[in-house]
Amino acid sequence: MYYTTDTATTPFAKVPEGDLTEKWSHFKDKARLIGPNNRKNYHIVVVGTGLSGASAAASLAEQGYRVTTFCFQDSPRRAHSVAAQGGVNAMKNYKNDGDSVFRMFYDTLKGGDFRAREANVYRLAECSASLIDQAVAQGVPFAREYSGYLNNRSFGGVQVSRTFYARGQTGQQLLLGAYQALMRQVHLGRVTAYTRHEMLDLVTENGVAKGIVVRNLDTGEISRHGAHAVVLASGGFGKIYYLSTLAMGCNGSAIWRAHKRGAWASCPSWTQIHPTCLPQSGSHQSKLTLMSESLRNDGRIWTPLTKNDTRPPGAIPEEERDYYLERKYPSYGNLAPRDIASRAAKERIDAGHGVGPLKNAVYLDFKDAIASQGKAAIAKKYGNLFSMYEKITGINAYQQPMMISPAAHFSMGGLWVDYELSSNISGLFVIGEANFSDHGANRLGANSLLQACVDGYYILPQTLPHYLALLGKGTQTDTQSQAFEQCEKEVRTKLTELIQINGSKTVDHFHRELGKILYDKCGLSRNEKGLIAAIEAIRVLREAFYQELKIPQTVNGINEELEKAGRVADYLEIGELMCVDALSREESCGAHFREEYQTSDGEAKRNDRDYAFISCWNRGEKTPVLIKEPLKFAYTEPTERSYK
Amino acid sequence: MEFKLKIWRQANSREKGKMVDYEVKDISPDTSFLEMLDQLNESLVLRGESPISFDHDCREGICGQCSLFINGRAHGPLDQTSTCQLHMRSFSEGETIYVEPFRAAAFPIRKDLSVDRKALDKIISSGGYISVSTGQAPEANQTRISSEAVEQAFDAASCIGCGACVASCKNSSAALFTAAKISHLYQLPQGKMEHKKRIETMVETMDALGFGACSNTGACEVECPQGISIAHIALMNREFWK
Repeated sequence: MYYTTDTATTPFAKVPEGDLTEKWSHFKDKARLIGPNNRKNYHIVVVGTGLSGASAAASLAEQGYRVTTFCFQDSPRRAHSVAAQGGVNAMKNYKNDGDSVFRMFYDTLKGGDFRAREANVYRLAECSASLIDQAVAQGVPFAREYSGYLNNRSFGGVQVSRTFYARGQTGQQLLLGAYQALMRQVHLGRVTAYTRHEMLDLVTENGVAKGIVVRNLDTGEISRHGAHAVVLASGGFGKIYYLSTLAMGCNGSAIWRAHKRGAWASCPSWTQIHPTCLPQSGSHQSKLTLMSESLRNDGRIWTPLTKNDTRPPGAIPEEERDYYLERKYPSYGNLAPRDIASRAAKERIDAGHGVGPLKNAVYLDFKDAIASQGKAAIAKKYGNLFSMYEKITGINAYQQPMMISPAAHFSMGGLWVDYELSSNISGLFVIGEANFSDHGANRLGANSLLQACVDGYYILPQTLPHYLALLGKGTQTDTQSQAFEQCEKEVRTKLTELIQINGSKTVDHFHRELGKILYDKCGLSRNEKGLIAAIEAIRVLREAFYQELKIPQTVNGINEELEKAGRVADYLEIGELMCVDALSREESCGAHFREEYQTSDGEAKRNDRDYAFISCWNRGEKTPVLIKEPLKFAYTEPTERSYK
Repeated sequence: MEFKLKIWRQANSREKGKMVDYEVKDISPDTSFLEMLDQLNESLVLRGESPISFDHDCREGICGQCSLFINGRAHGPLDQTSTCQLHMRSFSEGETIYVEPFRAAAFPIRKDLSVDRKALDKIISSGGYISVSTGQAPEANQTRISSEAVEQAFDAASCIGCGACVASCKNSSAALFTAAKISHLYQLPQGKMEHKKRIETMVETMDALGFGACSNTGACEVECPQGISIAHIALMNREFWK
């Protein structure tokens, strides 16, 4: 067997008592506090300074805590939150089109195929409105109507307009807001911000997080940083697929090393494969660029009705085009959720209807939108996306349809957290994409920026002090302790091991091979046989990695290959757990599509009786151990998720 | 395609650097410039040589971490394009390409083509924000802001912080970078109150960090991947002397 199950342990999610609508208030009413004068005596380490990390660090420092942040980029402003394009959801009901906190909660829960905690998702919707207020106050230039009021648009999986946007650069503008708030605290001396530092391990003593060990990427120096609490805000690990929409440096190492110190990993196989990305064009490629989902508001997706049709798109008459999303999902059409849109594209491509030189894409066509709204209106909404498309492909999308294809994008899975965003290790908190949290088995578009911000601005600044207050004044962390000593030694040994392999293959070689295995066997669709084959193939690859890797042999100074090798070493372990997780879940839900479990018309078939749980993976002696957090639905009735 | 490359190699910030010749072959025209460097680096690693360090991350033109002076231009030959969005089809077969780091006193070289741009963070830290703490914000629609004002603020706010403006300027001035943030916040009603203080501290910090003075050559605007206008510098100067 590839895993064992521990039925004796039941995770305690710490969901507060009371009605769904009152749980968060109840928590805040009763949370322990620390007086303003005492807060400077508490030190918090935050790993990652994207939207969740920067907003958490700034908000905690504003309250008066001492905060130290770490990021591997050369500035906190470069974290990959910057690349989110289309928007951020919030329940303001500015359009008077029937939105409410409950509806937003329900859309998100249903979008995630009923595989998230009701209380967490409700709180996400509840806190969403304040985020827009905060961002506007920071100077985020959200789109406005001519009247001067804020504008919205609609995103996939939703029938109201609740997506706020700043051209196609919403993530950039929200991140700059959080970054500026963080830099303000740096200026005030409350935050110490380290850039070009990578966390290499978590230090725990008696099951409590005490700090981290980091490497300075410029000098190679290893240092220890003690804290009263450690916050991981290190983002998603979709880059494990090698070709993905993520930045080159995105990685799963911070959370994986915490996992190896005892933090549970939840649902690691739930990866969002985004439907609207640029298709792969050759073997040299290092990433797949995302084109915002917002394009699906006005673009129509189609493939030729005839297989292997080589005519240019303009030469294919209307009656020979298959607008397959509109055909299969008439009520949501081109705005069907991402998992469904991606699978539908794969189905068309696999059936021989793909377009482009490698027959690996579908068309996203703006012809009708340009005819009805005019080119200028389309340019105003999506101008930067059209020019980005042209820069990369050399194709003018005002004249001919874009070609798009699905690509790995977002990790719904991550480290397990309770309602207070604490992992099962005391003092270790996990926020943003790094935790498994609110999106269930499929994240709705424009909810990632929201979750990162809500975790960082609103939830952690309430829940983390609640933990700190328990520690009592005067608690100090000794970085000369045995645990820190041992941890640093292990970190140094691991680095030396990697450079000493001195084989004949580069890090990227192993990463590309792993990516192929995962796309093929643990991507848009999975089956038992394929997953077992993938686990075996990853084990072989991992063995080869430790025998054949070649990287420059220096641990001092800049060595990008060493940085990558550490991350890929972790990916080779994470990838196996992803496959085990997918293997253990014998149902289809959201992005997790097991071919054995589908309805007669090819949709995901959930099994609520046996699989209404969050998987929490613990390290076992030989194989991973599955612990289940049961999901209870008291305010909703899990239905078959239909967008037809 | 095939190219001859002349690339700046420098072991660290203390040692002297020099241009080193390389050749790359079998490069597809659809390869991005950074992917071409990736391929070169893989071959260097396999030969046991030190790979070329260069800054990059998102590779979709928004994080601002990529840089490079290519054939004498920041971010290469195309207008309003960052290096990561530049493809080899923009060069001719067999061309010799010169690749250098962004050069400025305030941007020390870390290694090869990688430079330290912390100075830009320091300029922001000195006042490039609206001082609003979490929880203080009023309802977002309480203040109406005209669509035109937001769009103008956005033009400035779109800066990706790459530092091409500094590298392109003969004085290594950070005026465009600084002015863009000042202008972004000035054009929004919520940013007006702190405007006077913001402009003083940001300009003072910019000068103290070793960036040169702006002499209005407009080189920065030409090389800005986001096409940010030097009109923002005019606004900054006008407001500074008010």
